[in-house]
Order: sequence, then C-alpha cells, then structure tokens
Amino acid sequence: MSLLEIEGLSLEIHGEPILKDVSMQVEPGRVLGVIGESGSGKSMTAFGVLQLLPNGSQCRGCISLAGQDILTASEKDLCAMRGRDIGMVFQEPMTALNPLQTIGAQVAETILVHENVPKSEAFERAADALRRAELPPERFPLSRYPHELSGGQRQRVVIAMAIALRPKLLIADEPTTALDVTTQAQILDLLKRLVAGEGMGLMLISHDLAVVADLADDLVIMRSGEVVESGPAHGLFRNLQHPYSRALLEASGHVPERSGAAQDKALLKVRNVIREYQSHSHGWWGRTTHVRAVDNVSFEIRKGESLGLVGESGCGKSTLTRAILGLEEIQGGEILLGGTPVVSHHRVNRDVRRRMQVVFQDPYGSFNPRWRVDRLITEPFHLMDSPPFGAEREAAVAEALESVGLSAADSRKFIHEFSGGQRQRIAIARALIIKPDLIILDEAVSALDVSVRAQVLDLLAGLADRFGLTYLFISHDLSVVRSITERVLVMKSGQIVEEGPTDRVFDKPQHAYTKQLVAAAPVLPADVA
Amino acid sequence: MKGLLHNRSTLPGALLTVVFAGAALISLFWVPYDTTVLNIADRMKLPSLAHPFGTDQFGRDILSMLMVGARTSIAVALVAVGIGMLAGVPLGLAAAARKGSLPDEIIMRTNDLVFAFPSLLIAVMITAVFGASALNAIIAIGIFNIPVFARLTRGAALTLWSREYVMAARVAGKGAARISLEHILPNVTNLLIVQGTIQFSLGILAEAGLSYVGLGAQPPTASWGRMLADSQTMISLAPHLAIFPGMAILLTVLGLNLLGDGLRDLLDPKLRRART
Repeated sequence: MSLLEIEGLSLEIHGEPILKDVSMQVEPGRVLGVIGESGSGKSMTAFGVLQLLPNGSQCRGCISLAGQDILTASEKDLCAMRGRDIGMVFQEPMTALNPLQTIGAQVAETILVHENVPKSEAFERAADALRRAELPPERFPLSRYPHELSGGQRQRVVIAMAIALRPKLLIADEPTTALDVTTQAQILDLLKRLVAGEGMGLMLISHDLAVVADLADDLVIMRSGEVVESGPAHGLFRNLQHPYSRALLEASGHVPERSGAAQDKALLKVRNVIREYQSHSHGWWGRTTHVRAVDNVSFEIRKGESLGLVGESGCGKSTLTRAILGLEEIQGGEILLGGTPVVSHHRVNRDVRRRMQVVFQDPYGSFNPRWRVDRLITEPFHLMDSPPFGAEREAAVAEALESVGLSAADSRKFIHEFSGGQRQRIAIARALIIKPDLIILDEAVSALDVSVRAQVLDLLAGLADRFGLTYLFISHDLSVVRSITERVLVMKSGQIVEEGPTDRVFDKPQHAYTKQLVAAAPVLPADVA
Repeated sequence: MKGLLHNRSTLPGALLTVVFAGAALISLFWVPYDTTVLNIADRMKLPSLAHPFGTDQFGRDILSMLMVGARTSIAVALVAVGIGMLAGVPLGLAAAARKGSLPDEIIMRTNDLVFAFPSLLIAVMITAVFGASALNAIIAIGIFNIPVFARLTRGAALTLWSREYVMAARVAGKGAARISLEHILPNVTNLLIVQGTIQFSLGILAEAGLSYVGLGAQPPTASWGRMLADSQTMISLAPHLAIFPGMAILLTVLGLNLLGDGLRDLLDPKLRRART
C-alpha cells in the first residue's frame, strides 16, 4: 500500500475549480516529483494533503495517508498529524523562519507541540534533527539566530524542523528555487540521503524538470489543475507522450536561435574597477571597516555581443551592475561606454546613461504599482533632451510594447493586471524604448517558470538581432547563461576567476570554482527524448 | 465615488463625517439658539421639543453648543493634521532619500527630541507661555503631529527606496527629489491617509483634553472638551450634559476612521480592481 494516496482529488475555491481529478501516490523511501508551471495546482495539491487550504475551499475525492483518510479527519486530528506525520519544506528560507527565535527553539517547537516531553529533551532532539540535516550543533549551536546563517543553512534548519519527528511523508515545495546552484545541489543531495536513510516518502514540487530529474523515482506532470502525465521517472523521461510535457522538457534546455554576430569594436570597457564599501560597526563611534565588493575587475564587451556574468549571490555581480549603470561611484579604475566614462567629476554622463538600460530580476517589484504601463515604460524618456509627446509618444509606446509581444492596448493597464512573464516583457519594453546600445539583464529570467523563461529568452535573442543590442547577462543560473551568451565571465568574491567562450568554459572549466559550479548545475539525463 | 461606497464601512463613516462637518458649517450661519446668551430660567432642562438635546447649567441649548463646538474641534484637528503632514511628510521623504547622511540624522534626532516630551505637557507649556486659545492649541497639537508623519514617511519610504522600480527610475536619470515625488510619495499615501485619520481623531481628543483643563478654546467659544469639563460636577444631576458632547466626540472619531479605511482602499489600484 502506498504511503500517500491521492485519488480523484478535485478542489474548488469559492466555486472556482482549481484541481480536477488529481491522482498520485507516494511510496515510502521513494521520491515523487510534481512538475508544473505556476498556477498548475501543484502547490495546492500539497496544501490539500496538509488541509491548509484557503477559506472557501471545497475538496472532493480521497486523500489518505498510511490508510488514514485526511479529508474526513477532524481539525484536531489534522493538527496532530501536521508536523508529526507530514513535514513541509517551503520555498523561501528567508521568510520561513521566525527572525526572533533561535534555530534550536524553532526546531524544538515542532517537538514540543506534538509530544509531552521536557524542554531539555526537546532541545536534545532538535540538535539531533539539525545534525541529520547536516548542520552539526558543534559548528552551528542551537542558540544561533536565522540572520546568522546563509540561505542554504536556513533551508537546512527548515528541513530539520520538518524531519524532527521523523515524519512518514516530507513535502518540499520548490525547496531550492531561491538558492544558488551549488547550494541547490547540496540541498537536493541532502533530501536524497534523508529519503534513503529514513525511509520517508518525499513529494518534491518544482517547475524545473532538470531539478527533479536527478532525484525523482516517480513523476507527475501537472497543468491547470490536471495531471497530464505520470509514471516512473526512468521510463517517463524517455517516452513523454503529452505535448505539454514535451514542451516543458524542451523549455528546460531551451537554446534560442541567434543570427547576428558580434562586431570587433568594444562597446563597454571595464578597467581595474574597485568598489569598496565603508561600514561603521557599532554606530557613530565604531571603527570604520572597508569591504571590497568588486576587486580589480576588468573586461570588455564588444558591440553586438552577449556576455554572461556568472556567480553566486554575494559575489559582487550586482554591485558591479550598479557601478556600470553609474548608480554607485567606484573607488578605483574606470568604466567606459563607447570611449566615454560613465561617471566624470562625480556626475553621471547623461549621454552615456542614455545608451544603456537595465532589466531587473523581480517582475513584481520592478514597477510602480500606481502607474499605468505607458507611463512606466516611457520613464527612460527622462534621459532625452526632447522626449516625444502626443501622438509620437503613443507611437513609441505602441512600438515598444509590440516589439516585446504585447499589444498597444495594454498601455492603459496597471501592472497588477499582468502575469510574471508579461511583466518581464514590459520591463524589456521599458529598457528598449530609448533604443539603448547595451542592456544589462540582472537575473532577468531567474524568477520565471521554465516555459515562460524560454519564451523570454527567445524574445531577447530576437530583439538583439533586430536592434543590434548588446547584452550583459548576469545570472546564477548556468543553463540560462549557456543558452544565450557567447562569452562568459565567472565571478567569485569580487574577482573574475575565469573568462572565455561560453562553450569552452562550461565544457572544459579551468578554475576550481568554475568546475564546482558546472558540477552543481542540475542536468537532464543525457538520453531523454 | 461609486467605488468609495463599495467598502461596507465607508458609507456609515462618510455619513457620520458629513453630519458633523455639516453641523459645523451650518453653525457659521445659523444655530437654533445663540450660545452666548445665558437663560438661567431654562437651566439643565432635559431633552424636549424646544431643546432636542436639553440645556446646560446656564440654560444654553446643547444642540447649538454642539454645532459650534464641532466647528472648533474640526478646525483645530484639521489644521493640526495639516501642519503635521505639510512639515512631516517632506522631512520624512528627505530623510529617506539621504539615509544615513547628516540631514537624516538631524531630522530624525530632532524627531526623537520632540517625541521625548509628553505632548500634553508641551501643549500646557505653549499655552502657558502664549496664553490659552484655540490657535495656540492648534499649534501645539500640530507640532506633535510633525514627527509622527516624518517617522512614518521615512520608514515606509526606506523600504520603497530599495525597490527595483526606484532603481529603474535612477537608471532613467531621475534625481532624488523627483523620485520621491513620483514614486515614493504616491506609494505611501495610503499609509498617510490612515495615519491622517488617526491623527485627526487624536487631534479632536487632544483639543477636547486641552479644553477640558481650560487651555484650549476659551469661553464663550463652545468646544466639546469644554462642555465635558463643565458638566463633570453635575454628572449625577444632569447626565445629558456629558452624554451628548461625549457621543459627539466618539461618533466623529469613529466616522473619520471608517472613512479613512475606505479612502485607503479607493486609492489602491489593486484593491480598486478587486472590487469592480
């Protein structure tokens, strides 16, 4: 008998159907990968298992955990079950922990809620859970606070909370989406070892086939609340039937087509750039310390080229972006765009600024929620001496929107009326509208689902060919960088450790750090259809 | 306007506010009885047809007193909130735009200084030095509204400054002042409106408090706080002397808070869509 059995589950929220006839099983000691885009109902299925659904939800069908029917269980039984029989790991380790409590207290809390044990024993078992999550208390005492840990370490604490009572089933909802590649690989490894070592069933939810491919024994592929395909991972990958699954697979390793070639002329020159931060410890009278975020970095981007910049969070790549954009002054070296310095005499050169634009990562935070689209995307007109107005402005807005695959009618809408992928298109339209030479893409597709990501990458490739754009593509995601760039820089602790043609760097990495990055990147099995 | 009425609490809030603002306006031209004329023969009458809310210890009509008092209370609170917003919001925006700089420190530490004094104490000091009057009460309450708005604005603005749309505006070459006006201010208005209605009601309460201890509006100017103060010795003899001004304060404050909630929803494009 399966550990978790979901049979014909349908879910309505306020009469609106969310899930339709969803069935899946999780076996003890095995990993079930649930794959789908955002809005496909994969997270709702998980919340259905925990019965933590929003108000107004109506479930039909059958969910049973080790023979116990969950849909008919009382709230009291459900409370006893959550945390004890089912553990849950969330996506965002930064917000899944209470910043005011020590990690020991938070792990012990799960134990104290379910078992009537003395506090000292709960803390002992919390230490054990943290050790199983490979966060040994000798190095990470229980008295640490979440802010003293990195993202990956926090995710380990969340996992320790989930496995503290040795649940039969562990649900992990996009557990690594917010993490860097190397950390992601470590967390996935940990989950794999936990499942093998403790005989738990794991339900691993992700939008990325490649993340799940390596880990899952069984797969379920979902779309708009329905299961489109399911079966053992091994067979399924080789023989995907449903066009949607095939599209997902294609998107995961998508390579957009490029035709334009880079010219020999250097567009952006970065020479020996140093960016230091001053920080005062302990308020006004504390000691001043210097942190060097960008350390003697030099590179060039040729006109029409797509250059990738890869590195983990905190390696200085965002600081470098801000320096190139002239948002922060550098302490040494120089940055030249087309031969003109970005900043001269502590002032940003308007002529230079006009020639570069940026697209940020977060499709939700990149827009003023109170402005309509036309006003949002015409903001860079501020850089022009005589910005177009009236009919001319409308034409420019329409052209920009149409070139990113939206319609001119969208210009009167507010930003919340668009999906994440559409918002990223609007961000690209905003960058395009003053026809810059260089567009800096700062993790521009990292927050998107694989299939939407593939579309946006295609769009970027098409625009580059059409308008002769040059891209600086900053990302922690190697597969994305690999698909769209010709040359790549690898950055670590503020320094460029390796640079070269993208294929060469990824196929034959020279530097130890690059090797580590390449090894950590999730890949689809080589022999899939 | 239709959207405004969609929120369930807005309509009663708007009605209450209109009633009291209307009473204050009407009192400028007409009141049932002159509130400066004493009529000892009719003192402490219970509510009747001639005097719907009864009369006070000097025989003045309480309805007329309330209408004139509404004018005092609303004027004092409105101007005081206006002072607080007009000075506090720009200060907060400036402090957030130059976070960690000297101006930021000066603005915020001065705020702390003002916050460190109990507001009523300073109001007592100001009125003691400059004399007790409605105008001095306005100034005293207004000064205490400045740090409230400055701090609120700065806190909200700081989180907005790290947003990517502000970064995009900087990439578009916009300066701090322009970003503050175009991106920061519109996105803190809903907070300011809510805080504004709270401060407005606190202003009414503060005016009532000052008048209660005799430092606000001076007789013969009617004020709700003064009416309450005068009635306290007679509370057991004629409870209606205290009940009606008390109810007036309570209902105005309630109405303003409900209206503030509705306004906040109306100004948010996301919520506006959700309702239509």
